[in-house]
Amino acid sequence: MYYIIGHTNNNIPIVTTNLNFLDLLGNVKVRCSIFRNNYKVKPGLYAVGTPDKNSDVLVTANYKLSFDHLRKNLIGINAWILVLDTKGINVWCAAGKGTFGTKELISKIQEFLIDKIVEHKKIIVPQLGAVGVSAHEVKNATGFNVKYGPVRATDLKAFLSNSYRADKKMRTVFFSFKDRLILTPIEFIGHLNYFIFLLAIVFILSCFKNATFNVDNAFSYFKVPLLNLFSAYIVGTIITPILLPFIPTRNFAFKGIFLAIILFVILLLFNVFGNSVLEIISFFFLNIAIASFTAMNFTGASTFTSLSGVKKEMKIAIPIQIILFVVGIVIWTVTRFI
Amino acid sequence: MGLTYLKNVSTLELDVNKCTGCNMCVIVCPHNVFKITNKKSQIINKDFCMECGACQRNCPENALSVTTGVGCAAGIIIGLINGTAPDCGCDGSSECC
Repeated sequence: MYYIIGHTNNNIPIVTTNLNFLDLLGNVKVRCSIFRNNYKVKPGLYAVGTPDKNSDVLVTANYKLSFDHLRKNLIGINAWILVLDTKGINVWCAAGKGTFGTKELISKIQEFLIDKIVEHKKIIVPQLGAVGVSAHEVKNATGFNVKYGPVRATDLKAFLSNSYRADKKMRTVFFSFKDRLILTPIEFIGHLNYFIFLLAIVFILSCFKNATFNVDNAFSYFKVPLLNLFSAYIVGTIITPILLPFIPTRNFAFKGIFLAIILFVILLLFNVFGNSVLEIISFFFLNIAIASFTAMNFTGASTFTSLSGVKKEMKIAIPIQIILFVVGIVIWTVTRFI
Repeated sequence: MGLTYLKNVSTLELDVNKCTGCNMCVIVCPHNVFKITNKKSQIINKDFCMECGACQRNCPENALSVTTGVGCAAGIIIGLINGTAPDCGCDGSSECC
């Protein structure tokens, strides 16, 4: 691969710490859900700089974004990188799945003879890998002491120079504006096929006016439902993630409802609805259902929601969303035929 | 408001009698749920717990228990449809959240 720039004496590939255009292009593509599930590096042992028997061994996943993120933060450092086979999934998700786990780490330590590569007994695992790795079990099986590194690779240098100690900030997961922003393309694209299916049905129904079918009706009228539903979709998949901490209520589905009501008022002010009260009510319901459902799905991308919490939220939110959606669609369809 | 989730939902439990104060839970927790006082761990921010299970897996004394899983609505829906545990589909074969 292009990022391998040579080999050590014992024939371990040396990788560059400089990311090039191909790496950046790959990054943009996976962030937009293109080839996202096949962005991998070969599992195994790599070197950065000129590591020796005293150098640190850093463990990561074989998702190329994780690998790139690690190596670009190792400029000027001599170290070994042990890449586990996580099926191309990042450290935290893979640890939750168990693929970045105790068994895989033990097997890679043994397979790549880490006890021959280095003289010490330390192996540095990213802290979020602790979800899948049991430090004491790795120690029992291999003799290696797992040192949990910082959450973010950007803190690695500080961690290494501070005798393998991470402060509280390095140990804490955040969910910054930038973190949330970078996830929005996936949210937007993620439900797009369902959303386009819905729009197609709405387009067909838009051909009806006073119970007569004519495609010209859709061309003159379709912009009304399109503007409504599309803005609700944007609210749920983009605006909610971006404004997340500033929207009242802790419940993601209710955050979506809150913003959908604001959206409704804005749309009302700009007078983008038809003249029928029934139609306005139907869009009110549909917009809330769409924004709430898509906002609720952002729980999966967030860094602080729990299974118990999301289950509790869904028990209330899903029935509300279904009722609003069904009632909204029925009322709106009726308006096409009266 | 803010980046905290629902209150009083976490299934995290700590058996203080088994705890030896080794500090592993403090090290692995990404949300500062634990603190060591008088050589014993203590849950100080239970509502910050996201049930990831890192503490449970790294507690050598088995003093911690938590029902782990993905805090992901799409994963829970997929699980319901397939009749399995909540699953984000992060196995490399399908879309992952």
